[in-house]
This record gives sequence, C-alpha cells and structure tokens, in this order.
Amino acid sequence: MEYMKPDEIVELFKERLDKNAVMDSRIETKTAGIKKNAYNVIWLQLNPQNLKEGVRLLYAIQFPHFAIISGNDLGKEIELIYHFSLYYGVRFKEISINLSTRLSKDNLKIPTITDLIPGAQTAEREIKEMFGVTIEGLPDLPNIFLPQDFPQGIFPLRKDEKGVKMKVERKDEVIEVE
Amino acid sequence: MSKKTYSIPIGPVHPSLKEPMTFNFEIYGEHIERVNLAPGDNHRGIEFMGRQRNPVQIIYLAERICGICSASHPFAFCRAVENAAGIEVPERAQYIRVIIAELERIHSHILWAGVAAHELGFDSVLYLSWRAREEVLDLLEYLTGNRINYGIFMIGGVRRDITEEQIPRIRKTLEYYKDIFAKLEDVFLSDPTIALRTKKVGILTKEDALRLCAVGPTARASGITKDIRQDQPYAAYADLEVKAITPDVLTGEINGDVYDRIVVRILEIAQSIQIIEQCLDNLPSGEIVAEKKLVKLLNQLKKAKGEGIGRHEAPRGEVIHYVKLAEAEVPEVWKARAPTYNNLMSWMPMLIGQQIADIPIVIASIDPCIACMDRVTILNKDNGQKSILTKDDLHKLSVQKTRGITR
Repeated sequence: MEYMKPDEIVELFKERLDKNAVMDSRIETKTAGIKKNAYNVIWLQLNPQNLKEGVRLLYAIQFPHFAIISGNDLGKEIELIYHFSLYYGVRFKEISINLSTRLSKDNLKIPTITDLIPGAQTAEREIKEMFGVTIEGLPDLPNIFLPQDFPQGIFPLRKDEKGVKMKVERKDEVIEVE
Repeated sequence: MSKKTYSIPIGPVHPSLKEPMTFNFEIYGEHIERVNLAPGDNHRGIEFMGRQRNPVQIIYLAERICGICSASHPFAFCRAVENAAGIEVPERAQYIRVIIAELERIHSHILWAGVAAHELGFDSVLYLSWRAREEVLDLLEYLTGNRINYGIFMIGGVRRDITEEQIPRIRKTLEYYKDIFAKLEDVFLSDPTIALRTKKVGILTKEDALRLCAVGPTARASGITKDIRQDQPYAAYADLEVKAITPDVLTGEINGDVYDRIVVRILEIAQSIQIIEQCLDNLPSGEIVAEKKLVKLLNQLKKAKGEGIGRHEAPRGEVIHYVKLAEAEVPEVWKARAPTYNNLMSWMPMLIGQQIADIPIVIASIDPCIACMDRVTILNKDNGQKSILTKDDLHKLSVQKTRGITR
C-alpha cells in the first residue's frame, strides 16, 4: 500500500474539491519519546457544501476511522469538527485528519455521512440533539442522550438563548440565573 | 403460521457503565431478531460542567468519567491541552504516564475476565481473578496514593515521581502476574465449557467492525490491527515495540467471536507486563512536569490560543479528547469520547440471531464495564401481559445454559 504524505493529502483536497472549498489548512507535526519519533495531524476547514465530498475523498484513499464530531457555538455560526484518521493498523503511519466546517445559524443543515460510514450515526444524533443541527438524510430516531420528554427547541450545548439556563431550585420556586 | 415476535426491553440502569443503556430486543422463540439501543439515561453533561472549570480542574472531572479508566481520560485530556497550548512533556513523565496506563490495563482486563466468568456461571473464577486484581490495585495505591482515581496526571507531566526504592515493588508485582498468567490463560483459553459458550457466539465480522468504527479489543478480535500505541505512538510508546494483538497469534484463525475477544484481552495482559518492564529498564532521568508552579501553569493556559486532540489507547479502545483554548480561563470547547461510544453500534450484528441466555456474555464481551442488567420486561404482544425478568433471572438463564453444557 502506498502512503500519501500529509501535504499530499492537503494538496489532494485543494485539487479535487471546488476552488473555494478548502478555507484553511494546517499540518502539525508532534514528537514523542526519547527517540522523538514524529506523527502528523491535519486540520482542514471546508465549506459546508463540500464537507461530504471531503469525506468521500478520504473514503477513496482508505476507509477512514471515524472518531467523533465535536461541536462549538461561535455566536453566529456553529462549528462542527469531524475527527478522522487514516492509515491505521501500521506502525507510525496513522495520520489524524480533522475536517471542520462552519454552519450559519440561519441555515443549520449538513448532509449525513452515515451512508458512507454507518458508525457515525451515534455522533450525528448527538450533534442533532445538543446543537440543533439538522442532519439531512438521517432517519428520524428518538433522542439518544437527552431524555425523551426533553423540551423541544432547547439545545443544551448551545451558548445562545436556545441553550439551557442555570436554575436555582428553592423550596417552592425555581429561579433562573443569568 | 404467522411469526410472532416478543419485545424485551433490557435496562436502563447499568450502574457501572458510563452510559446506562436500554436494550429493546425483538425475540422470536429463543432467538433475537432485532435490537434497538437507547443509551443516555445517565448523561451527566460532563462537557457542560467543564465550561465552568479551568483545564487543571477538568483533569479531575475527566478522571471521574469512568471508574475503571481513571488514567485513560486524564491522559487523553492532558495530551489535548498540551497539543493546544504547545507544552512539551519531559521524557521521564512520558514513561511514568505509560507505566500507570499499562497498570490500569492489567487491572481492567482482569476485572473484565472475572465479570465474564461470572456471566457464564463460574463464580470461583470470578473470585480467583478478582483476587489477582487486588495486587495491581495495591501497587497503584503504593505509587499514586489511590486504588482508583489516581490523580497523578497534570498538564505537562505527572504529579508524582517513581523513585528508585519503588521500582523493586513494581517488579515484584509484575513477577506475581507472570506466575498467575499461565493459570489465567489455562482457565479461560483451555476450558472446554468456556469455549463452548463463547466460540461462534456474538460474531462481529471484520467488515462490520470497520463500517461501525469499532475500537480496541473489539476491533482487534475481528482482525483489524488497530491500536494507537502502534499506529500513532505517543509518550513512551514511541520508543517501545508495541504490536496490535489479534487472536490469530494464539489460535491461528480470526472468527471475531466472544472467545477471540477473551484471547485478545488475556494476551494484552502479558503485553502490558512487557511494556512496563521495558519502561522500567529505560526510565530516563529528569524533570517530571514541564511547569512545577501551578499558578504559572494556569496563567500560561489562560494566555494560550489553539486547538488540539489527545488520543490514548484505553483498555477498551481509543479515547479521544478535543480541546480548544481561546485566551480565557476556561477552555472554549471540551469534547470527550469514550471507547464504548464507538463500540455501541457493533452490539447489533453481535446480538442478532443469538439466544436470550447469551445476552449477558455478548453484551459483556465488548467490556462496557459490564451489564448490570437492572430488570427485563417481557411483553406478550397478544394479550398485553407483562412479565418482569430481573437481572437475577437473566443471570440464572445464562448459568443454566452453562450447566446444561457441562452435564
């Protein structure tokens, strides 16, 4: 098997995807141990329309190992970071790849990647519940981490008015704290 | 004749699991036709709690995500913060971290072996293996001050050194495990009853393991040589020869069944002993933490800007933490993912087609800190009659099956 270098993978993304698809790219090299053996981490910021294409591109190199999706409320946008890795199973070869994308809060939609990687279902459902991002193409399944009777329209990990408020419960009353 | 299926919900309370689960089984006769998983009954919002804490305080929160992996989460979290803030860990600390992580793997795998034996109805084996586990817990207490929740990890290193006087005690414990290892191997891998109960049960094919993103011994037992200690070595693992263990090393074949998962875990105990010995032999001298003064460290983290991921191969598989620092006292984002999260989906292909009596061992086989099944309701669809099976009943069924084989 041929192993691509990290900069070749970034080039591949820039080449194969649309002109403005890759908004930012960064390669980190870290070392460990006394012998200072190095490993690489790639960070790519993609346009939301091109995210799925990006995953497909990884898919063409090798079936990627999918770890998790991290979410972050940036105020006007929500950032999703898909953590993948490639070339697992061989000593010193694994490269971590993090694909991030920013969705405007007016249009919180992202296509599902479960048709490519079925194991991503749990993570996508979590993002849907915690951040209120609509995952297009994901079957409408009940809440996975939140209780089934959790109020509609509240997304606990959001930092805006849709997030949860701090509450203080007293004997007879509940006070909301800013 | 129409095919009548019954639904059996199992759960939701599994006190020992990070995410207590409800399993809804569709049963036809004795066989499982469909499985629906519903975790999240005990979602504690730890990531949300992290928003009010500084990175050093989060270490102790991360330690308490799981009672067994109390070195794995802080290990991954510290690595994530170090990557985000650009902190270099001294070499000696990297070795001490690996020693603690591997001691944890030994106690976690032995704990699992005992629970698996209990699920099969071999309670004397449970006592034997948990007795053996005490030694490593005592050693951890000797080294860190605690049997679990070691509190040894710090951003930029570790909090306690391993001194020259402590090394003979570590070696003594490792010798004890070398002695007992042959016994464990014999009990679990040569026993015909265990083989009958676990071979060709709960099969996860290599293809399914890949598609469902399985990690750790669950993935390795299906023939995927995935192990972060080998693929992307970090800390002292970069200096050591760590090889992902697949069951064909011992048996010559890969079936991806419960038996293979036992093989992988038992062999990994021996591997951990070797890793610790290599670490002790090559333990470098020097500092154990990058920044000794806590106030200075917190100030440094307050001014740091950046993001980082930290990965660690926990006893159950890959742990990954993501941290984003944004020049503030608290991190902007902290995301933690435990291995069972990824192994969740692989239960489905494992359980379908199995018998009710095999539920405990199959569920236990991915090591979700084990199924303390709270209660089981059997709902008869025809007359709506409900009968409740307690955890004890289910366990009894499993034990009966073993007795049936041995008789």
